[in-house]
Amino acid sequence: MLRDIAIDFEKITAKNTPKECMISSGHRACQGCGEILAMGMVTKAAGRNIIVANATGCMEIVTSPFPQTAWKLPWLHVAFENAAAVGSGIEAAVKVLHRQGQIKKKPHVICFAGDGATADIGLQSLSGALERGHDMLYVCLDNEAYMNTGIQRSSSTPWGASTTTSPAGKQSKGQHTQKKNLPLIAAAHGIPYVATAAPAFHLDLMNKVRKALAVDGPAYLHIYAPCPTGWGLAGSKSVEIARLAVNTKVFPLYEVIGGRFVISRKPAKPQPVLDYLKLQRRFRHLSEKDVAEIQRSVDASWDYLERLAKATGKGEE
Amino acid sequence: MEKKRVGIEVSLAVAEAVKLARAQVVSAYPITPQTHIVEELSTYVANGELDAEFIPVESEHSAMSAAVGASAAGARVYTATSSQGLALMHEILFIASAQRLPIVMTVANRSLSGPISIWNDHSDIMAERDIGWVQLFVEDGQEAMELTVAAFKIAEDHRVLLPVAVNMDGFILTHMIEPVIFPAQAAVDAFLPPYKPALRLDPAKPVTMGPVGVPEVYMEAKKQCEQALLDSKAVVAEVLKEAGKAFERKYDLIETNGKKKAKTLFVTMGSLGESVWSAVDSLNEDGEDVGQVRIRLWRPFPEQEFKKACKDAKRLIVIDRAMSPGSACGPVAQELKGVFYKDKNAPEIVNVVAGLGGRDVPVADFKEMYRLAKKGKLAKTYTLWGVDSNA
Repeated sequence: MLRDIAIDFEKITAKNTPKECMISSGHRACQGCGEILAMGMVTKAAGRNIIVANATGCMEIVTSPFPQTAWKLPWLHVAFENAAAVGSGIEAAVKVLHRQGQIKKKPHVICFAGDGATADIGLQSLSGALERGHDMLYVCLDNEAYMNTGIQRSSSTPWGASTTTSPAGKQSKGQHTQKKNLPLIAAAHGIPYVATAAPAFHLDLMNKVRKALAVDGPAYLHIYAPCPTGWGLAGSKSVEIARLAVNTKVFPLYEVIGGRFVISRKPAKPQPVLDYLKLQRRFRHLSEKDVAEIQRSVDASWDYLERLAKATGKGEE
Repeated sequence: MEKKRVGIEVSLAVAEAVKLARAQVVSAYPITPQTHIVEELSTYVANGELDAEFIPVESEHSAMSAAVGASAAGARVYTATSSQGLALMHEILFIASAQRLPIVMTVANRSLSGPISIWNDHSDIMAERDIGWVQLFVEDGQEAMELTVAAFKIAEDHRVLLPVAVNMDGFILTHMIEPVIFPAQAAVDAFLPPYKPALRLDPAKPVTMGPVGVPEVYMEAKKQCEQALLDSKAVVAEVLKEAGKAFERKYDLIETNGKKKAKTLFVTMGSLGESVWSAVDSLNEDGEDVGQVRIRLWRPFPEQEFKKACKDAKRLIVIDRAMSPGSACGPVAQELKGVFYKDKNAPEIVNVVAGLGGRDVPVADFKEMYRLAKKGKLAKTYTLWGVDSNA
C-alpha cells in the first residue's frame, strides 16, 4: 500500500494567498462559524474550475435559501447521506463528456459534508466512492455533532462532550464513546491523499486543498470546524479554539500521502488539554479526573500517530 | 430488407437498447434483486462497444444519487433496479424529478419483502407511485427494447425534463427469451439526437441546484413539477407515435383489444395483459361480450384516453398486481374509482388482486374471473385471487 507520490502543485504562501472566495458574504451562517470559514478557504485554494456536491447540513441550509444563493460555483445538493455518490456521478459525467469533446476543460469535483453526513449516515456512500477511485476531493467539515438540527451527538463527537442526545447528567459524563477516526478510515481505502486541517492554520489548509486536487484519484480532507453555537463558545474564539485544538494535540494536523503518514505540525510546547476544554460549555461538567483521562487519551493518540509516521516513513521500510 | 428476429433474453434486449441510445453514464447496483441488464452494459463498456462511464455503486441509494449527479452534470444517464433496490432509492426518486433530471430507469417489477421473494408483482413501483416520474408499463420484449429508447426521448424533451421509469415484469418478462427485432444504430440516432441539457453544472455558468425551499416557495415548486408531469402526456403520446413509425410498431397511451363496445372490460397493466388477451379472445370465441383495456402510461394517468376506451363498458374487471393494505382495493382500482367518481355513466368496478410474489395466473383463471364477475360473485371491495373465497 505504501507508495511514493510526487504531488505537483502551486504552493500558496502569505504573499500569493488567493483572495477570491467562491462563497459570497450575506450567507446565513452563525457568527464565528468555523465551517463556513473553512469552506471559504477551500474554495479560495481550489479556484473557479470546480463543481460542488453538498450534503444536507448547516452549509447547505445557510448558503441556498431559494431564491438566494451564496455560491459562485456550480453547486448541487441532493440529500444528507449521499454527497460522495452524487460526486461520483458528477465525476463520471465530466469524464465521459470531456472524452467525447462535449466539455473542453475538465472541472474538479469537491464534495462537502458535515461529520454526521460523513461518519454516520453517509459512511457507506463515502467508502463506496473512495473504493471506486473517483478523481474527486471529499471534504468533511467536522463540528463534532449534528448542529443543523440542534446539537445532537454524532459518532464524531468526542468523549465527554455534552450534546442534546448525549447530555451530561447525574449518571452521564455526556458522550461516552470515543470520536470515530474518519481520516484513518479514509486512509484504509488506500487512496492517494488524506489530510487533516484546521482553519487556524489557513496556509496549511489551503495547500492541502491544492495537493488533494493535484493527485489522481480520490482525496479526503478532514477539517476541524469549530461551532460556537453548538460548543458554547464565544463567536470571537472560533479561530483561537481551532489553534488550541492543534496545539493541545486534540486535533493533530497530518497528511497520509500514498499510505505514508506525515505530521504537519508538531507543537514544540504542547498546551494542556484543559486550556482547550475550559473555553467550551460542552465540557464544563467534567471533573479534574475526567480532564486527566482526556489528557491521557490525547497523548496516547498522538503517540499512535507518531508511530504511524515512523512506521510508514521512507527511511523505515 | 428483411428484419432479423433475434431470440434474446429481454434483460439483454434492454441493455442493447441502452447501448443503441448511447447512454453516457450508467450507475447501477446489481443485486436487490438482480437482472442481467447492468452486467451486460458493463460488458459493453469493457469491450468498448459503448462509450460510457459505468459506476458500480455500493447500493441502489447511491445508484440513484450518482445518476442525479451525472444527469445534473449534463450526461445521458441510465440505471436499472427492482423491488428492494427501488425501495432503497425511494428518497432520491423524488429529488430526481424535483430537479427535472431526465434519467431513464428500468424497473423490473418484483415483490417487496416480507416475506422475502424475488418474484414478480407490482408492489415495488406502486409504493413509488407519487415520485413525480413519467411511468410506463411494457408487456413484451420488443416493446421493452423500443420503449427504453423512446424513454430517453421523452425524458430529455425540453417540454418534459423529467425522469422516466420503464416498468417491466420481473422474471416473467425480464428473464424470458423472446423474439426481438433490433433497429439499426442509424435509425436510433435519427430518432434520438444527443442530449442537450437545459441547465448543467458548469463552472463557466454556475447554477445552484437543489436549494432550500422555504414555505413561501415550496408549494409553487411542487406545482411546477406536477404541471410538467401533466404536460408530459402530450409529449409521451407524440414520442410513442414517432417510435411506432421509427420501429414499425404502434404504441398508444391506452390500448384496447377484444370485442368492440364490449360491456365488460378487463383492465391490465404489464405482462399479465397478454394472458388476459388470450382469455378475452377465447371468451369472444364463445360469444362472450368482453374486451380489454391495457394501460401503457401510468403516470401521468391518461384519464381522457382511458375514459374514451371504456365509454361503452358497464363493468370493469381491474387486475391489480399489488395490494394497498387497509384500503378498499388495489392501487389501479383506486385510481379508476377516482377517475369515474360522480360520472353518471360510470361502469361498475370490480377488482382482483392477483399474481403477487410470482404466483402464476393462467388464462383459465381470467375466464373464471369473468364468469364470477358476470354473476356478480366477485367481492364489492376486492378479491385476493386464489386466497379469498369467491362463491
